[in-house]
Amino acid sequence: MALRIGVVIFPGTNCEHDAMLAVQRLGASAELVWHGDGSVAGFDALILPGGFAHGDYLRPGAIARFSPVMEAVTRFAAEGGPVVGICNGFQVLTEAGLLPGALQKNRGLRFLCTTTTVRVETDRSVLTSGVPIGTELRIPINHFEGNYTCDPDTLAMLRAEDRVVLRYVENPNGSIDDIAGVCNAARNVVGLMPHPERASDPLLGSVDGTVLLTALLTSVATPATATVA
Amino acid sequence: MDAGGEGSQDVSAGDDQLLHRALGVTDGERDEVEAILGRSPNHLELALFAVMWSEHCSYKSSRVHLKRLPTEAPHVLVGPGENAGVIDAGDGIAVAIRIESHNHPSAIEPHQGAATGVGGILRDIFTMGARPIAVMDPLFFGDPSEARQQWLIEGVVAGISGYGNSVGVPTVGGELTFDACYTQNPLVNVLCMGVLPTDRLVLGQASGVGNLAVLLGSSTGRDGIGGVSVLASAGFGGGSDAEDAAKRPSVQVGDPYEEKRLIEACLELLDAKLVVGIQDLGGAGLVCATSETAARGGVGMDVDVSAVPRREPGMAAYEVMTSESQERMLAIVTPADLAQVEDVCRRWEVRAAVVGRVTDAPVGTPGRLRIFDGFDGEVLGDVPAVALSEDAPLYHRPMARPGDHDARAADDPGALPAPADCGQDVLTLLTDPSWVYRQYDHQLFLNTAEGPGGDAAVLRLAAPGLPASERGLALTTDSNPLWCSIDPRAGTAATVAEAALNIACAGATPMAVVNCLNFGNPEHPEVMWQLSEAIDGMSEACLALDLPVIGGNVSLYNESFGADINPTPVIGALGLIERLTCRPPGVTLVDDATLVLLDASVGTTGGQRNPPSLGGSRWAVECRGHRHGTLCALDLTGHRRLVKFVSELVAEGVAGGDGVVSGIHDVSGGGLGVALAELSVRSGIGLQVAGVADHHELFTEAPSRVVVCTTRRNELVARAAEAGVGFRVLGTTGGDRIVVEGLVDLGVAEATESWRTRLPSLLDELAPATPV
Repeated sequence: MALRIGVVIFPGTNCEHDAMLAVQRLGASAELVWHGDGSVAGFDALILPGGFAHGDYLRPGAIARFSPVMEAVTRFAAEGGPVVGICNGFQVLTEAGLLPGALQKNRGLRFLCTTTTVRVETDRSVLTSGVPIGTELRIPINHFEGNYTCDPDTLAMLRAEDRVVLRYVENPNGSIDDIAGVCNAARNVVGLMPHPERASDPLLGSVDGTVLLTALLTSVATPATATVA
Repeated sequence: MDAGGEGSQDVSAGDDQLLHRALGVTDGERDEVEAILGRSPNHLELALFAVMWSEHCSYKSSRVHLKRLPTEAPHVLVGPGENAGVIDAGDGIAVAIRIESHNHPSAIEPHQGAATGVGGILRDIFTMGARPIAVMDPLFFGDPSEARQQWLIEGVVAGISGYGNSVGVPTVGGELTFDACYTQNPLVNVLCMGVLPTDRLVLGQASGVGNLAVLLGSSTGRDGIGGVSVLASAGFGGGSDAEDAAKRPSVQVGDPYEEKRLIEACLELLDAKLVVGIQDLGGAGLVCATSETAARGGVGMDVDVSAVPRREPGMAAYEVMTSESQERMLAIVTPADLAQVEDVCRRWEVRAAVVGRVTDAPVGTPGRLRIFDGFDGEVLGDVPAVALSEDAPLYHRPMARPGDHDARAADDPGALPAPADCGQDVLTLLTDPSWVYRQYDHQLFLNTAEGPGGDAAVLRLAAPGLPASERGLALTTDSNPLWCSIDPRAGTAATVAEAALNIACAGATPMAVVNCLNFGNPEHPEVMWQLSEAIDGMSEACLALDLPVIGGNVSLYNESFGADINPTPVIGALGLIERLTCRPPGVTLVDDATLVLLDASVGTTGGQRNPPSLGGSRWAVECRGHRHGTLCALDLTGHRRLVKFVSELVAEGVAGGDGVVSGIHDVSGGGLGVALAELSVRSGIGLQVAGVADHHELFTEAPSRVVVCTTRRNELVARAAEAGVGFRVLGTTGGDRIVVEGLVDLGVAEATESWRTRLPSLLDELAPATPV
């Protein structure tokens, strides 16, 4: 049976159909989960897609973390369910405390839509399980607040625990330690600024994003590979 | 009866004789209003006529000319006059497209002016039932090395980026033009394209007596009062900063989050067939939406101003009716469906308020727009709806060919001395606009096969809720004010031709165009002559190329200090790709290939003079400051043949075949020299070209030419010959230098560096110091 992926939508989210399309093309089924819903029962994995949840009012993710669905997402994650936040989804996960650090405005204070090269830094996460470390992927970014930052202790912890999932080969936005994506301690929650769904079709110029999405679907299907401590 | 009120602006005070003038209504127009009503208009009624009869809303100076444009073709579902033009793209899918200007608001407040320009045009598109899937922004500024221009550029681009990205519609292209004539009056045009299942097509009309007019979206405030009449329909008078600042409250403020929810709510209402008609509120606000929907439906409407949700206290009726507060729509709903409509809106957190009722229009009489203070309360105003939207005066304004036209034509740049080093002039003309488009999300919806920066953007014909299709769309905007200032008629025809050729370079068949006519003060006879000539040129080219004009916008009074801008007609062209399975080759080179120039410019009628003209070329203007002369001839018959040939050639590869085209670029601004250099810097591959006689041939902007990079030269030239398209083998690709024998010898790395850094080196200085 096809894996069921829940794609969480807040008012202002805009990449929900893109995320659904990308995982559907890889054989999964995908459904929208409304931010007002209190349950995510029945899903094998959740994606928090990009966009501007609640208009990014106050700051990205600051209001979305209070949407009813986030309690369900938090429970799902605590039970080991795979959760991936892309771009605005990453921002929401940091605001909700599911991932450490924060995303501040880009160095240069401008919005950036461009294709970057990122390097896979660990194969121990739901998004990179089975992907050789050092693999370089061409994946677009599309953000104003993508400049990852955290305090020195957190950075030391992320490095020590091998929780930096992706790094930019050429840092586009000022992120500390070139970080493009991180995971939680249990390695089932991953946030990343690049949009793998935008590199999922030869027509779009790159299919490198499918490496990550395929890894997600594979680790969902065979959970043991994903939660290697 | 008093249209004024507490805290209202000073229109309520004062003298009837002067009131209409303060509102921008001429004495003659006021008399006409009185004749229509059979009595003196009250203040509110006069305010309604003032905005609806403004140049911006009524096209009163241009309508008599616009009638000359060809607008029909079998695939045109909706032509000009509606909120957007719509064509049938096949597979049960229709495409809606529109272009607009937001010039004056952007001159006053660049960020919000540009942002609300995007917001406004999106509403025009989803009003038709279409989901907006692409935006393009042609922008025109003064000298970018001046601080004030940098402020304008920064603000406009940030406004488009901030609104478009957030609302979730990709910005897939545009144009960036610098010329001193835009110093005080930048142009900010915005084009939007949307897609819809053909059977969801809706028109902005009211019907069904007793149906309700429901105002959706934002509350109504004092922002944008008189935007169309105060801002859009007058030039910048003395241009003093204080005067411009005083106009700032006439610029609306945008909220993309509100618009995003409004889009989703409206599309859901349309999908569920819960509305009988829908209309956006843009220029002239509620009065425009209510009078237009009523007039189109042949009905009347009663509006209760007291029911309109307001954002501030003490607003007068005329303010509520003419406010241009953003992110609002008017839906016509049956009473039975109201509860469901309210449910959908609640889910999307969109406000919905019943503010009007559709009323009967007795046979033989026009439906009336009546404004009430409470449906059981006082009648504040009562006018025939159709008089507001359709009875604006039509002006046959005086036209005159400029007195110095012949003298300017005779002053030919061909006599200018040849450059000592053509390569340096090529570098001067080479600018990478990615500083702009990297700030725009151009990839959302996973449709963008070819993004900004090329000849045309290419998108899949796909969106949630559409039938599956293998087709694709190509979209471009083109303008050439340098050509048009030399000869508005020939220049506009050549602009249409270039747009069609750009579409062909993407492997698409040109299907339709829209236009945004940015001109100076229509009270100047020379400007009216330019406008009339431009419309004739567009008409000629569109007829010859089978391109219906399905929509347009006219922006007049673009002037400052009494000087008019160069005539700036912007053409948006839409093309259809039968089968899009591979990315089009685009503006690029491959190694060890042949460069072939396809050339229909010599045409069948004797061709260009020798050497070809440099009149209106970027080289003459930007490298030598020479703006006179005559344009190269355009042979529309040959051009049509070229467009068809190129389109078919590229389409083979795009459809997944073994295409003969490895890279392609039309020759336009900057001529062959810039076209070759762009191919090289965009691919990082050098080239060696021979047989270009001199700087005339290198920089002429003779139309109907395309550079093709191919590894199958013999096949390409044989097919060109068979199709009756002229060609010439230019040279080969490879190496790390751009060489045009005897004229240009540049390192690819050097040219690339110059191309890439020109804009950022001017504009990034503005960025505040940032932590590293």
